[in-house]
This record gives sequence, structure tokens and C-alpha cells, in this order.
Amino acid sequence: MIEIKSVSKSFADKQILKDVTAVMETGKTNLIIGTSGSGKTVLQKCMVGLFEVDEGEILYDGKSFTSMPEEERKELRQQIGMLFQGSALFDSMTVEQNVKFPLDMFTKWNHKKKMDRVNEVLDRVNLKDTNKKFPAEVSGGMKKRVGIARAIVLNPKYLFVDEPNSGLDPQTSMVIDLLIKEITEEYNMTTVINTHDMNSVMEIGENILYMYQGENEWIGNKKEIIFSKNDKLNEFIFASEFLRDAKDMRMLEEKGIIDNNRDMDQLMEDPETHLLMDNNKTEEDTSPDKK
Amino acid sequence: MKVFATFGRYLMLMRGMFTKPENFRMYWKEFMHQCVEIGIGALGIVVIISIFMGAVSAVQTAAQLTNPLIPKTTISQIVRDTVITEFAPTLVCIVLAGVIGSKIAGELGNMRVSEQIDALEIMGINTKSYLVMPKVLAAMVTIPLLVILAMILGILGGRIASTLGGIVSGDIYDRGLLMGFIPFYVTFALAKAYTFAFILSSVPAFYGYNVKGGALEIGRASTTAVVSSCILILFADYILAAILL
Repeated sequence: MIEIKSVSKSFADKQILKDVTAVMETGKTNLIIGTSGSGKTVLQKCMVGLFEVDEGEILYDGKSFTSMPEEERKELRQQIGMLFQGSALFDSMTVEQNVKFPLDMFTKWNHKKKMDRVNEVLDRVNLKDTNKKFPAEVSGGMKKRVGIARAIVLNPKYLFVDEPNSGLDPQTSMVIDLLIKEITEEYNMTTVINTHDMNSVMEIGENILYMYQGENEWIGNKKEIIFSKNDKLNEFIFASEFLRDAKDMRMLEEKGIIDNNRDMDQLMEDPETHLLMDNNKTEEDTSPDKK
Repeated sequence: MKVFATFGRYLMLMRGMFTKPENFRMYWKEFMHQCVEIGIGALGIVVIISIFMGAVSAVQTAAQLTNPLIPKTTISQIVRDTVITEFAPTLVCIVLAGVIGSKIAGELGNMRVSEQIDALEIMGINTKSYLVMPKVLAAMVTIPLLVILAMILGILGGRIASTLGGIVSGDIYDRGLLMGFIPFYVTFALAKAYTFAFILSSVPAFYGYNVKGGALEIGRASTTAVVSSCILILFADYILAAILL
């Protein structure tokens, strides 16, 4: 579990994070969502120690990371895996060497044991016959998988993922999302994902922190997000008409008003559906909200 | 003030290099890799410029020594001393500042921009130590060797130009080389080579490591690194000459 307690961070005279408090739960996919510039990447970088916080504290399983000596931090970092937005693979190394690098650096295993582990994690992320390829020779989705394989090769307790779906098509994004979720459960990790992809939110958002202009605006899960009455959150999540309709449909589905096994075209042609959606909106306007 | 702030950050980078390696074998591997990259990578250009600078030095010296009372052996003496004290260490290192400096700044800048340095930091690796120290040490080992090679090839280039151009015979040229040789000049040249090697590896490493932005900034950092290295090499050249000679 990672606890963020009243964290603030400024660059020059611009305050990026304002008194952010949240808990990232173990064995769950914790999502930090928000528009570009809302401070989610800065928060994640503060969590892994790439930026120092100005105020507040970050605790890893009760241990304060903020006040930890550098040597202790180094040890803790070996329990952290991170997948970067651009994958951050080492260009001059093959896929295999990239994944093997943390093992070379931090273990005294023999070559065979290292290679067994490399092949095991590459298999886990469904990568085959790519061992000898260089990052420039594989697709964006494959790069993300290699990044995930490298991040989990040392069996980390904490996994940080920055924009896992940027530059990927929706289908590949879904595969990467589900892979991260499966790995989180399998390794019982605390996974923190920065994203502004709504598919990710609705598919793997077990614990969601919505950030708005450097503040934690809303906390909840993917079910609660549908019923949220927070205007800023709704504007961000359900930005298009299509998504607003999808939200309404999901609300009706969650409430058991409609059956999601019906064909969507038939459903939308049914005047009763629209009537239900309108009623639902009226009901939503009067319901309490969580902040 | 900006100069002092930059110098302070440079010193902090240098201080950060000297920490206990996480895994000595990996650092050694990186050091050897950098020795090949810097040493072997710059070998070709060093060979070419050394032979030509020796040859040009011999031809120009001969053109100016028109007085028949000055012995012909003076040509090889002048070629020898100028090549050893100035051309081999300074000229070669200025060229290497362009070749190696831009490579180091570009490589580290690209690693910074593509978050590879952040990835290493998060793994718990001291990137100043793992990425910068092997480059600086490799430069300190290989560049003096390249400078020694440049001395030999420069003198050889002068001999080739002298004999082929009919300036002096090989025998007279060789005799001149052995006359009035001051061994300290070699020590002086090596002192310069070590100093310049440190400058041309650490300064570009500093600019590359601290790149912020994208591809444009990487290019700018490489240019700044090369220009700064060249200026510092020339400045250090003067200081060393004033102190040691």
C-alpha cells in the first residue's frame, strides 16, 4: 500500500500539486486520471522519488519514503517497477538484454537462471521470437510489453505505469490494460497507473483518483464514476456525446433497468430507452455525490 | 551568475560520479564498452589528422627556413617539438571534442529525453556514476594513448612529406629528430592530454545529462558542449603552458 499524505509540489513559482492525499491499494489497479497538466505525472514522479515533495509525505507500506536515507531508497527502488509513456527501453540493447538488465545489475544469478527468468516474463507478456530484436524493430504495443516485462522481472511489490495506452490503437490498449490488471493480481502488487484513456478507466479502474489543477478532486472506482455528479469529472470523463450516451446506458444497466445483452442498435431505436435515460438524468441531478 | 550556477551544477555532477558501484562487473563492462567507443571510434580521424599535420608542419617549416646557414636537421627538430607539445595534444583533442563530445552529449541527451535515465534511476542505479563515470574514465585512458599515437604519426607524416617532397633526406630528418630532444616535452604533452581528456568527456556529459526538452534541445546541447569544451581546452592549454614551461 502506498499512502500519499498532503503532498504539495511547486516548480519555480507555479504550484503543481496542492495538498494531495490518497491511498494506493495493494493488489488493485490504482488509476490517477486527469487532463494534461493536472499534475498526475508530477505526482507519480514524486511517488517514485524522481521529484522531491515540498510538503507532505509518501509512505510505502507504512515506511516514509520522503524522509528515507538515499541508501534505503535505493533498496526500496529495487522493489519498484515502472513502465514509461515511451517505454524508455535502452536503444542499444536487444529486447532480451533490456529485460535482463535489472537481473544483471542486482542479482548474482548465473546466466542460465537469468535467461530462464527473462523468457518466463517475456512469455508472461505474450512476447515470442522477439528476444534478439532491437526496440526500433518492434511495434509500439510490443515495446510496452517489453517495458512491462522489464518492470516485473525483479518481482517488484510496486508497479508504476505512465500513460500505458498512449500511441496505441484501442484494441492493443485493451490488451495492455488487461495484462497490467492480470499481472497486478498475480503478483499482488500495488499498481499505480497514470492515464486519461476512458477505456482504461472503465475496464480496470478499481481505485481511481481524479486530479484537477493539482488537487485530488474525486476518489472512487469505475462503478462510482458512472453515478458521480462531480461536474469537472463528468466533463473530463464523458467529454463526447457518444461517451455521455454510453454513461447513461451503463447507468441503466447498473441499475438493472436494461439488459446489456440486447443489440445496441435495437436498444437505441427503442423510444423507451430514451425515456428511461431522460428519467435517469433527472434522478441523477437530485442524487448525492462523493468527493 | 548563470556561469557560477552552471559551474556549481557541473561540480555536483562530478561529485555524484564517485559513489560505490551497484555492481562492479556491470560498471567494468560499460567502461570497456566506452573505451572501444571512444578509443577505437576516434582512431581513424586521429590517424588522418596526425599524418597531415606533421606533413604540413614539415613543408611550412622548410618554406620559411631559407637561410643556408641553418642546418636542414632543424626542420625535423621543429616538426618534432611542435607536434609533441602542441599539435598532438591540443589539435587532436580539439578535433576529439567535436567527435567524442557531440557523441557523449547526444547519447546522454537522448537517454534523458526518452526517459531512459529516469528508468535507470527508478531501478535504484546511480546514473551519474553508471553513465558518466565510465565515459570520463575511458576518455582518460584512451585519449592519452591516442595523443601518443598522434605524436608518432605526426613525426612520421613530416618525414614522409620531407622525403617525398625532396625537402630533406630521411637520414637527415632522423638525425634531426635525435638532436636536442627534451623528454619533459612528452610529460608536458601527456599532462595536457589527461586534462583535455577530462574536459572533453565531462563537459559534454554535463550538457547531455541535463538536457530538458526534445530533439532540438539535444542538438543545442551537443553544440554548446563542443563549443564549451573547445574554449576550455584552449584556456587550459594556456594555463598549463604558463605553469609548466
